Amino acid sequence: MTNKKLFFAFCLSVIATVGLLSFKLIKNDNTVRGHEAVNAGLTLPEGFQAAVIADNLGSSRHLVVTPQGDLYVHLAGTKNGKGILEFHVDGDNATLKSSFANFDGTGIAIKDGYLYASNSREVYRYKLDSQDQVIDPNNPERIVTGLLDRRTHAPKAIALDNDGNLYVNIGAYSNICSEFDPNKTGCPILDSAGGIWQFKADKPDQTYADGIRYATGLRNVVGLAWNQQDNQLFVMQHGRDNLHVLFPNIYTVHQSTELPAECLFALNKGDNAGWPYVYYDWIQHKNMLGPEYGGDGKKLADPKYINPVAAFPGHYAPDGLLFYTGNQFPEKYKNGAFIAFHGSWNRAPEPQAGYCVIFQPFKNGMPDGNWEVFADGFAGTEEQKASGHAVHRPCGLAQGPDGSLYVTDDVKGTIYKITYQK
Amino acid sequence: MKQLRITILIAGLLLMCICVSQAQQKKQVHHTGQSLAAAMARGQAVYTQVCLPCHMADGGGVQNMNPPLVGTTYVLGNKAALIKIVLHGFNEDVEINGNTYSNIMGAHDDLTDRQIADVLTYVRHSFGNKASIVNATEVSKVRAASKK
Repeated sequence: MTNKKLFFAFCLSVIATVGLLSFKLIKNDNTVRGHEAVNAGLTLPEGFQAAVIADNLGSSRHLVVTPQGDLYVHLAGTKNGKGILEFHVDGDNATLKSSFANFDGTGIAIKDGYLYASNSREVYRYKLDSQDQVIDPNNPERIVTGLLDRRTHAPKAIALDNDGNLYVNIGAYSNICSEFDPNKTGCPILDSAGGIWQFKADKPDQTYADGIRYATGLRNVVGLAWNQQDNQLFVMQHGRDNLHVLFPNIYTVHQSTELPAECLFALNKGDNAGWPYVYYDWIQHKNMLGPEYGGDGKKLADPKYINPVAAFPGHYAPDGLLFYTGNQFPEKYKNGAFIAFHGSWNRAPEPQAGYCVIFQPFKNGMPDGNWEVFADGFAGTEEQKASGHAVHRPCGLAQGPDGSLYVTDDVKGTIYKITYQK
Repeated sequence: MKQLRITILIAGLLLMCICVSQAQQKKQVHHTGQSLAAAMARGQAVYTQVCLPCHMADGGGVQNMNPPLVGTTYVLGNKAALIKIVLHGFNEDVEINGNTYSNIMGAHDDLTDRQIADVLTYVRHSFGNKASIVNATEVSKVRAASKK
């Protein structure tokens, strides 16, 4: 009897060991680099390739590409005292050409012969020569000054239109304005934050008094872009946090994970997107009255607040928006929107999510059809993603002269170039 | 066969002895061990509800925004200073290991002295942290002092 049992146990352990070994072998086999190396750790739709063209730059935020194939990258936190890096890109190689700007920040754009860049209080511009090189890197012209920087949502992302105007995000320095509006009489900080301000693109030293509050009720915007087809400003709002923590009787943990939506708004002058009074529920497809202002998860928002033109899962943190106008990618991408999601933190205790670049198809200048994940895998392993300790986090997007798509990561300072081959 | 049975019997007796002596050892540390375990359990419940959404399940915090609670003097150092942060919130940039964190932390003076003591005990004993416990009297003192 005992011998039989012993023999049985021996057999079991042999089976288990062999099983484990083979599992390990299979696992090893799966992590063979071939496919991943080509795509720089990213998963992409068929026919697309990704390459890491620069790495360890610091915290690379937004970037812009010149017609000559040079990249200007803005860093959060200067490196060696410089906030902007310039690279020349040749194929999958980027060579550092210059570094300048004694300020760090997020916003960067090129328009009408100037390179614009912002820090958390100011916007500067540098005149470019015929080759789109900065003529005098030490003496930029200050275009806007004195913007509020209360640390929370401080980056001043920028965009320019075709009529000589500059648009600057001034994020609300609060989650939901509770601390500034205890009696719910109206959020007072919206006079100078929580919206998009319009300034002249060529007038030096403008302050709030010179600008126009172009749109309000926007909690925080990092990804914004001028849509050339519509001749209209589109922005991605970072939705509010902590519905469950603040209102456990109204929202479950799971609802608080998925809500509210991260919203794409098509803005007109004077629009009010409703923060902090409303939020958008992407599951019900409804604009809801916020719980701080009498909402119960069912009451709808006042229709005077604009609705988003597209909505995405909660807390994904949209940091980059780009309308694709190139000819390299397949036809369906033309004039559609790429959105870089920096990745969540306010989905705990559920797994964190985002950390990807998605594609939102457009038709006749408006979103049409469902969004899809375009580039994923920035975060690393599923565990690194779920815990929020992502290896890379997508932030800025730019389109090269040949239609290639550039993506920055602001954790390690990696720049990806994504290309398509039939 | 008989020999085998005796061997098994002896082995069994030995095992029982070990178990009994271990149980006795456990009984000796029973009092403080259990109260710490209870405080940790209560503290974890408070942490999950109040702290975890920002500081994460592993206390690792969030890049640029919410500071980590791991191996920092803010957590392991002066208890009164730590209690004050929980009671009154925190509204300044924190630099930890060369990284800056800038989210505003709200006040949590709605928590009881016991809840704050438990959650700080939990934080000071979790995520690889090892520091002395916080008791409700200490919280009560800081609360009273900061009311003046």
